[in-house]
Amino acid sequence: MNIVGESWVTTKFENLEDWAQRNSFWPFPFGTACCAIEFMSTLSSHYDVARFGSEVVRFSPRQSDVLLVAGTINDKMAPVLKKIYDQMADPKWVISMGACACSGGFYRAYHVMQGIDEIIPVDVYVPGCPPTPEGLMYGILQLKERVTRDRKKHRVQAGLRAEEQSGKTEEAVDRVDDRVTAPA
Amino acid sequence: MSTIASPPRPETGELAVLAKFPAGSITPQEGLDQPTWIVRREILAELARELRDNPATRFDLMLDLGGVDFPDRTPRFDAVYHLYSIPRAARLRLKVPVDDTDPLPSLIPVWKACNWFERELYDMFGLTIEGHPNMRRILCHEGFEGHALRKDYDAARRWILTEDKIYQPHFDLPNDEDDLFERMTVNIGPSHPAMHGTFRLMAVLDGETIVASDVEIGYLHRCFEKMSETHNWQQVIPYTDRLNYCSSFINNVGYCRTVEQLLGVEVPPKAVWARTILSEFSRIMDHCVCNGTTMVDSGGLTNFWYMFQPREEIYGLLESCCGARLTVSYGRIGGLAQDLPPDFMERCRHLLAIIPPFVDDVERLVEKNRIWIDRSVGVAAISGEEAVNWGWTGPCLRASGVPYDVRRAHPYDLYDTVDWDVPVLYGGDVYDRFRIRMLEIRESLKIIRQLLDRGIPEGGHITSDPHVALPPKEACYNQMEAMIYHFKLIMDGIQVPEGECYSMVEGANGELGFYAISDGSSKPYRLKCRPPCFPIFSTFSRLIQGGSLSDAIVSLGGLNVIAGELER
Repeated sequence: MNIVGESWVTTKFENLEDWAQRNSFWPFPFGTACCAIEFMSTLSSHYDVARFGSEVVRFSPRQSDVLLVAGTINDKMAPVLKKIYDQMADPKWVISMGACACSGGFYRAYHVMQGIDEIIPVDVYVPGCPPTPEGLMYGILQLKERVTRDRKKHRVQAGLRAEEQSGKTEEAVDRVDDRVTAPA
Repeated sequence: MSTIASPPRPETGELAVLAKFPAGSITPQEGLDQPTWIVRREILAELARELRDNPATRFDLMLDLGGVDFPDRTPRFDAVYHLYSIPRAARLRLKVPVDDTDPLPSLIPVWKACNWFERELYDMFGLTIEGHPNMRRILCHEGFEGHALRKDYDAARRWILTEDKIYQPHFDLPNDEDDLFERMTVNIGPSHPAMHGTFRLMAVLDGETIVASDVEIGYLHRCFEKMSETHNWQQVIPYTDRLNYCSSFINNVGYCRTVEQLLGVEVPPKAVWARTILSEFSRIMDHCVCNGTTMVDSGGLTNFWYMFQPREEIYGLLESCCGARLTVSYGRIGGLAQDLPPDFMERCRHLLAIIPPFVDDVERLVEKNRIWIDRSVGVAAISGEEAVNWGWTGPCLRASGVPYDVRRAHPYDLYDTVDWDVPVLYGGDVYDRFRIRMLEIRESLKIIRQLLDRGIPEGGHITSDPHVALPPKEACYNQMEAMIYHFKLIMDGIQVPEGECYSMVEGANGELGFYAISDGSSKPYRLKCRPPCFPIFSTFSRLIQGGSLSDAIVSLGGLNVIAGELER
């Protein structure tokens, strides 16, 4: 059945790419503790994160673009997390789910990392101990906007690199910075 | 289905053993919650064997081993063993005063459960164990210096793990290697879906058969015991939530009961009633996750969604009680955090109506499923006797034919007033561990139904003792005394009298015990949690040996190992 009929849109390929990326995350669930259980709730039929295009969880860092850190990361786990992050292909984003991943939570202790941003960059912090599924979904929606912005930035930076290689001056840097900080 | 016979008088057996040892080597300590002996370390190994083998004592289960640090005393440390005799339903505590220079004998030949506990003792207190095959850290990483639970260790002092110090596996390889196959070592985890995120399994394979393996844990060690020493008694409650986070309310109850026992506080009937009901709902939730993930590990995703829906519904009940879904912190010392919601009854009745269809669905899908039966029957089997020696409790033990259940053997709350059975199965394999949880869900529903029929008991939800529970808000605003009590409790915390106590509840995966020592101040001097899945998971290498690698994956889920509780 042809619902759409014979219709067509014109757009730039970049915009199409942005649209695809921000509406279909493939998260890597780095679940260690209680937050992982709430992540399972978010995934399951009651909350159904598939509505936001993020249900294709991948346990391989090579196949995923969002690292979803759910749970306490301690000093023993830290090298593992860093390695997983390094193995993910660019462009990649990080959601830090829950108080422990954001700041160590109430574990101000000898074996607990005081927030994963000690070792990897974080794009969205979701507070809560654990966050409710609604909270996590809000975080995912926030990430969508972030992705649009980031992709633009990546493109501009790629352009910058190209200009640098073709021998342009440093003026290009200022110009590019302006464009990055401009609203999306 | 069976019950444990009423125990004989606990004293007689122990006296027979006492007489066998030279005077002065064992000193019974009076006035505690359970029989306690102070034992000299020279005779410990001999005594342990005697206690296990003597038909008059038969302490077949080593429940817990922990240390206590007394910096001003010589010898400085106590190693505390908690023993249990399943046939006699008797308990015994052994305290072995020891310094970090003189080694304790390893009790692995007597109780295999000691293996990981002794490593923990070394890790946390720096006590040396003589004759342990793998004396290395277990919870903290290998780059850690010092011993965290010593009183002079700063709670926030961290160490960085560098790559050269990462744990190297320890294998007990048999010497019968033939030349036909080259052996291969496989590493799974810690970040691997089959290892539930936080365990690391290293296995030596001969073809597809596991010849030897080693398990590394500690990837979720969050210093629960140190944290509880730096917070006051009430502030520990949220930490207990995050032990077994699949059924956090049971942890609340277990901890509160321990402190209540130390305080001698009476819990009002309404709170006892609600605690029993909510504990059983928590048990159902926990079993749902456990069985759901077991099926996911073996490729049956559908059951996982089916089993998760009852959980969501129970979350609704918990949320209406306390505002939180998962980590509830609803228990308080002396009762509950707040009163039950007005629609508590209706919500519970609704749950009773909707949970059984989900359980039926899963049972119909799974129990006679050829694929599931092929993958689970006879896999990772363990006999009851061996399981007891490894320190197992809970559903996993009952699936091996040993009917030990704390709710029946040492009833607490309202469990002795309702009619329910302890399900027992005899296969001891993955299939029976799955089935027993399904049976227990039905028993839990039975308990809840009977309690609901009695109606909500009259009275308050928390004790009225102002030294323990906060006075009602209204009184705080209008009465001088109430305001002072409120201020004192918030600023100073509950003052628990000097003493010690081990108290246990039936957690969702076994006997959950808390051993608390109070020095009379507002903070616990020492709080040792007896994690049910710790000894169970220490058996994992033995369970999977000789099986194929895919069997190892299937058998992990059924053990219900919850990292938060395992590593605390």
